[in-house]
Parts: sequence; structure tokens; C-alpha cells
Amino acid sequence: MIEYRSIGKTFADGTEAVGDFSLQLPSRTTTVFVGSSGCGKTTLLRMVNRMVDPSHGQVLIDDVDVSTRNKVELRRSIGYVMQEAGLLPHRKVIDNVALMMRLKGADKKEARDRAHEVLETVGLDSSLANRYPAQLSGGQQQRVGVARGLVTDPNILLMDEPFGAVDPIVRDELQQELLRLQRELDKTIVFVTHDIDEAFLLGDQVVILKKGGEIAQVGSPAEILAKPANDFVSSFIGLEKGHRKLHVEERNGTRIVVDETGKATGVLSE
Amino acid sequence: MSWFNANTDKVWDLLLSHLWLSGLPILLGFVIAVPIGWFANRHRRLRGTILSLGGILYTIPSLAFFLVLPSIIGTGFLDPVNVVVALTVYAVAIMVRSAADAFESVSPAVLDAATATGFAPTGRAFLVELPLAGPVLLAGLRVVAVSTVSLVSVGALIGVSNLGSLFTEGYRTDNDAEILIGVIGIVGLALLFDLVLVIAGRLLMPWARTPRQGRSPVSPIMSFAQHLRGGRV
Ligand SMILES: Nc1ncnc2c1ncn2[C@@H]1O[C@H](COP(=O)(O)OP(=O)(O)OP(=O)(O)O)[C@@H](O)[C@H]1O
Ligand SMILES: [Mg+2]
Repeated sequence: MIEYRSIGKTFADGTEAVGDFSLQLPSRTTTVFVGSSGCGKTTLLRMVNRMVDPSHGQVLIDDVDVSTRNKVELRRSIGYVMQEAGLLPHRKVIDNVALMMRLKGADKKEARDRAHEVLETVGLDSSLANRYPAQLSGGQQQRVGVARGLVTDPNILLMDEPFGAVDPIVRDELQQELLRLQRELDKTIVFVTHDIDEAFLLGDQVVILKKGGEIAQVGSPAEILAKPANDFVSSFIGLEKGHRKLHVEERNGTRIVVDETGKATGVLSE
Repeated sequence: MSWFNANTDKVWDLLLSHLWLSGLPILLGFVIAVPIGWFANRHRRLRGTILSLGGILYTIPSLAFFLVLPSIIGTGFLDPVNVVVALTVYAVAIMVRSAADAFESVSPAVLDAATATGFAPTGRAFLVELPLAGPVLLAGLRVVAVSTVSLVSVGALIGVSNLGSLFTEGYRTDNDAEILIGVIGIVGLALLFDLVLVIAGRLLMPWARTPRQGRSPVSPIMSFAQHLRGGRV
């Protein structure tokens, strides 16, 4: 379990990125931080692997304060996947993934074998293993990024808008892939996005944030949809635009699901 | 041509001395300048000072430098070490700026990703920063190489034998053929160094077909032409 205890971060230039934030993230579930740009999502995420040290408060992983742990060791024990994949441009795909194993002290052969295995797990053709990142599409790079995050089999996976830079079709694919992986692997995932649909799709627990890391609402997607805590949340999840308020109409003998604006969005299956 | 045929051994000897008199400073200059450039890029406040210092060193006229070095480092007047040391200083002076630029050209996002995925600082410096600075380092090294090869010839004026000796001797004996052989030898050697560096770059950095943020300060050929014109003596 990851726990934020009354945490805050003010950067050296005086920017208060996070005011006072407390939350528990249950193990083996996906928690999604969602909110508009600059609300402190990345800052919150990076406090878990000590890429950002809090100004006050604590982050605990399984009841151990991360500030008591060696930074490098801590980071090696946590998977990190970011937007634009962040791969090393001078290393082949396979080496980008295997390097994480090497850093943890695995020998060459073991690292490569494991890297091949995990590339397969994320659905990447093995013929791409010997390419450089620049020779891959954005979606393929993102898969490599996920593979790199998973290769050491960490308990925790931090994902910072990992699918933000790919087109909607590929994003859809990657999201489905992540759901499948999570069913198999049961990681504790902390996922950052500003796309509420993505948050509802992937999150077991969704955290809607306002500026300064202020929590507008925490809950499962169903809880939030059923009972938005306030106007901010209703508008953020799109209830006000009517896209999410659906009803059934009968047209030409078929039951069609229609939103408030009258647009047909689906059919009702029996 | 007849002069060359009669003096092949001598030209060959001079070529070999020229080779090590330039090769050693190029190598030493690179090895010394890279950590300084890395440091200068790391410490933004000192960067300006370090780079200006390099600029000032480079303005010392080479002949004067060759002449005063013995009294500074205690070598003999005709010792080739003087040439090697002086040219190493010039090489460092040019290379430090390239090195600082090279490390600056490395994408901060990639470095951040490397840290976040668990690289320790030293590992990151050698496994990520250094190779990614490679293309711009190489561009700088090519300038250093050609400029050093041409500068070595000034050493002939203080009696350190190299291909430049063909200039001094050819001038004294009014032998145009000898001077021409000297020029051809030096240009050839400079091109050879450049070729070796380019090939080494291709082999060591297959991922960098063109340096992405390649800011080659001066084209090697331009700087070479400048030195041949004797702008430095
Ligand atoms: N290193 C830093 N120094 C100063 N201010 C920073 C730093 N990093 C972030 N900030 C500021 O802190 C606030 C929160 O930043 P953060 O990156 O956490 O936002 P975010 O929610 O991830 O935004 P986005 O969706 O755009 O990625 C912003 O106002 C940002 O400008
Ligand atoms: Mg962010």
C-alpha cells in the first residue's frame, strides 16, 4: 500500500504545487490521478520514487517512509513509465529494457532473456528488438516504455500520461493492453492523466484533483458518476454537457441509447 | 617528383613524427577537455569563466608559446614535449567549449528518465550523458584534429622535426617541390585524421546518423584553411 500523509510541495521558486494531500492507495489496484494541467499530478507521482522530495509530510510504501530509503535503490524497485516513453535514444530496444535488469545486477544473458520475454508480454514483435527507439512508431515506443517499467517485476508501477502522445486508436489499444496486463500481473499502479474517460476506464480508485493537489473527489468510477461531490466534479466528468446522461429510446424497433443532446451513442444489449 | 623519389625515407620519417606530434595532443586534449566541459555544463555559474579561460588560452601565439614553455615546465629548448604540451593546451582550449555544448545538447527529458528509472549519478554520466554528447563531441574533435595537424608545422621553426620542416628547408634552399610535398603531406594527414574520426563516429554511434542538435562550431575545413594561411603564427 502507498500512503500519502499530509504531504505538500513548494518548489524553490515559490510555486506551491501541492498544498496538503493525504490518501491511501490500496495494493494491487490502479489509482488514477486526474485533473487539468498544472494541478500537481506529476509532482504527487514523483514523490513516490523520490524524484521530488516533499516540503512537508510523508509518503509511505508498506508503512516505510520513502525518505528513509536510498533514492537509487528505491527507483530501481519501482517501474516508471512516462509520456514520450523516455527511452535512451542510443540504445536498442532490447538494451533499453535489459538495462533495468543490469542495473539491478542481473547478468547479460539473464537480462536479455527477461527483456525478450517482457517485450512479448506487452505485444511487441521480436523483430523490433534490435531497432533504435527512433525507428519505432510512437505507439511502439510506448509499449517499450511499459516493458521497461515491468521488466524487473516491480510491485509498483508509476505511469505519467503514458498514452498522452499517441493517436486515439493506438491509445485505445494500449489502454486495453494495460487492463489485460493488470489482470495478469496485479501491480499497484499509480496512473496520471488529464483524460477523464481514461481515468474511468483504468482506475479502480479515481482521484479528481483541483489546483494545488486539492482533492475534489475520490472514489470508484461508479461512485463518482452516481454521486458527484460538487459542481466542479460534475463539470469535470462531463455530466453538464450531457454526454454521460443516457437514456433509452426505441427507434425502428431497436432500443438505442441516446445522450441528453439527442445523439445516439449505442444500442442496448439484452 | 624527382626530389620526392630521392627523399622518400626522410619524408616518411617526418610524416611519422608529424603523426605522433599531432595525434598525442588531440588525444590528450580530448581526454582532458571532456570532464572540464562536463563540469562547466553542470555548474552554470562557472561555465562562462571556464569557457572564457579557454578562449584566452587559445589566443596565445603558438610560436611564443613554444619558446616560453621550456622555462615554465623545465624542458630543453628542442624537446618535442614543448610542442606536445602547447598543442594539448590549444586542443583543450577549443575542445572545452565543444564539450560544454555537447553535454548541453543532451535532452533533459532523457536524463530525467534515466534518473527516474534508477541510474546512479556516475552510471548516468558514463552510460547516458557521454554517449549522447557524442555527436557534438565528435564535431568538436574534428576541428581540434585538423587545427592541431596544421599547428604542428610551426614546431619546425623551433627545430622540432615534422612535415613543417619541409617548409623551412624548402624556403631556405628555394625548393618549391619540397614545400609542395610538405603541403600535400599535411593536408593528407589532416584528411586522414578526419576520415578516421568520421568512421569511428559511425561505428561507435550507429544510432546518430546525423547529430540531432549538432552545433558544429566551425567547419573543420574552414578552420584548417585559416591555419594554413598562417593566421596563428
Ligand atoms: N521543478 C519545478 N520547479 C518549479 N515549479 C514546478 C516544478 N515542477 C512543477 N512545478 C509547478 O508545480 C505545479 C504542478 O506541476 P505538475 O507538473 O505536478 O503538474 P501536472 O498536474 O503534472 O500538470 P500536467 O498535466 O501539465 O503535466 C505547476 O504550477 C508547475 O509549474
Ligand atoms: Mg504532469
